[in-house]
Amino acid sequence: MPMQPASTEITSRTAAIIQELKGLEGPLLPILHGIQEEFGHVPHDALPVIAEALNISRAEVHGVVTFYHDYRSHPAGRHVLKLCQAESCQSMGSDAVAAKLKQLLGIDFHETTRDGSVTLEPVYCLGLCACSPAAMLDGQVIGRLDDEKLDEIVAEVRS
Amino acid sequence: MIPRIYIPGDSGALALGAEKVAKAIASELAERGIEAKIVRNGSRGAYFLEPMVEVATANGRVAYGPVKPSDVKSLFDGGFLTGGHHKRWLGAPDKIPFLAKQTRLTFARCGVTDPLSLESYKKHGGLSGLTNALGLPPAAIVAQVTESGLRGRGGAGFPTGIKWKTVLDTVGDRKYIVCNADEGDSGTFADRMIMEGDPFVLIEGMTIAGIATGATKGFVYVRSEYPHAVAVMNKAVEIARKAGVLGASVLGSPYAFDMEIRVGAGAYVCGEETALLDSLEGKRGVVRAKPPLPAHKGLFGKPTVINNVISLASVPVIMDKGAAFYKDFGMGRSRGTIPIQIAGNVKYAGLFEAAFGMTLGEIVDEIGGGTATGRPVKAVQVGGPLGAYFPRALFDTPFDYEAFAAKDGLIGHAGIVVFDDTADMLKQARFAMEFCAIESCGKCTPCRIGSTRGVETIDKIAAGIEPEKNLALVTDLCNTMKFGSLCALGGFTPYPVMSSITHFPDDFKPAPVRVAAE
Repeated sequence: MPMQPASTEITSRTAAIIQELKGLEGPLLPILHGIQEEFGHVPHDALPVIAEALNISRAEVHGVVTFYHDYRSHPAGRHVLKLCQAESCQSMGSDAVAAKLKQLLGIDFHETTRDGSVTLEPVYCLGLCACSPAAMLDGQVIGRLDDEKLDEIVAEVRS
Repeated sequence: MIPRIYIPGDSGALALGAEKVAKAIASELAERGIEAKIVRNGSRGAYFLEPMVEVATANGRVAYGPVKPSDVKSLFDGGFLTGGHHKRWLGAPDKIPFLAKQTRLTFARCGVTDPLSLESYKKHGGLSGLTNALGLPPAAIVAQVTESGLRGRGGAGFPTGIKWKTVLDTVGDRKYIVCNADEGDSGTFADRMIMEGDPFVLIEGMTIAGIATGATKGFVYVRSEYPHAVAVMNKAVEIARKAGVLGASVLGSPYAFDMEIRVGAGAYVCGEETALLDSLEGKRGVVRAKPPLPAHKGLFGKPTVINNVISLASVPVIMDKGAAFYKDFGMGRSRGTIPIQIAGNVKYAGLFEAAFGMTLGEIVDEIGGGTATGRPVKAVQVGGPLGAYFPRALFDTPFDYEAFAAKDGLIGHAGIVVFDDTADMLKQARFAMEFCAIESCGKCTPCRIGSTRGVETIDKIAAGIEPEKNLALVTDLCNTMKFGSLCALGGFTPYPVMSSITHFPDDFKPAPVRVAAE
């Protein structure tokens, strides 16, 4: 698993991100995105720093972080594979695709493989509905998933 | 003349391998020592032909598709730079039947121009709408948008001009234009396509909205699932700012307007306008009670226009060609064109912009060509996860806000998802409830609790536990959710559920009966 940085380091790096973004109107989401990009997740130790800088309560920051599906409390695997499970992909067999991938990787949705190579997540629409079933691997879009493409994905995340 | 090759950079084309094709073409050019310019255009929306590569020849554009990296060598051998023959040859792109049958107003440039070339944008009619608007008093711009009959393309269908007038008439020291680009509905990708393929049209539309209502600041709230659209929009805003389209003096006028791109964080409910405003403010995306309307008290409590991407992107053509031109298309109270997104299990999937009024059957069978699997069409979900499932018996319904409402459905953001006869409608109804439970903001009880009880009750029906009683319970629950929820998430989840129960009753019969029936 990736190493978690020490809390003092989290504080200083968080403060730098806040400094850069706090002039925006409604800066909390951009700050949280910045923190997740920096650490790969939103560390618990970053929350009081944000609360203090924006003059809001820790509870409010916690409330926002936990409301949105994107923010992680723990680091993800080296790769993040998002598999679309919405209607358009369902109509093209995304259930079977999900079952096959879960079996190939040996994990369920919202889980990370034991070697830390990949985190599997469901996503509800990638806007690739004209080439369902679709997925996104580390920000790269993949359409018309079939067995061959699944094997390629698995090979890539394991390499 | 240096040859020009167009290879889409649109996410849908990338998902089908456009990047590999682009690399193969670039290396083939280098190997053969040919100098050519590669333009990464948007997609024209015929995804069954993507990656569709085009070359500019003396006789106009020639398209080839779907191109695989392995086709590239033979394309060059066949002289594709001058439109030479090849098995992937499609001819002039605007003669391809799927594209030739469309009426492209909002998407006129999408897939044609270089998305990040303001020069190319202007050459294809861009900025004429804004230029016209700058010569009019704000009230006259609002009047023209009202007169065009443009209604909210996000799904609610509220007249755009009326919304703008409310903001224009409301006093505020600061006003905002917010663009809802949280396109979360499955089966829809029009917002994504326009942002990736013609971002300046959205910037132009938002700027016109700002000038018309007295707003000086705009936000585009794009969902995080669209990283490519976010990147293109950010670059386009930067270019527009440098060129003086945005800034303290819009195109040298006394009007100021600037905008920012903001990224969502994976909450479907933030597509609801008031939840979106809360999210922009840095809060949980919880739905607000109305009134106050966002037009009176919106973002940070200031008068705010909040419109969908396609509504705003349709404004430049209205201001360019006039309200009467736009209004001339369509039927009844649905005026102009609508980009219909044909998706799911369908042979010719893609975006089809047309005047309102085509029947659902024409769209699915004639334009879409039936299912991709070749099996019979069982159901078509229109309008995203909150839209009704239509059976073939309702295929004569014309694509129009009122006509769909009359059949207990909605056109929503005009996404159409086709299912073949292997679809289990009980499973689809259950998913609608499950999705509502996952995405509910939690503020109102019918949505938060109702959706979970809905999943449980449908599970009981599937297990054959008192099916008739439980079916009556689901119906009653849907009624409560429809009339008791604060917003469309809880309020419209009954559409897919009830339409499944009403039109496909066999799928809800106890298991032994279902097996016997098959």
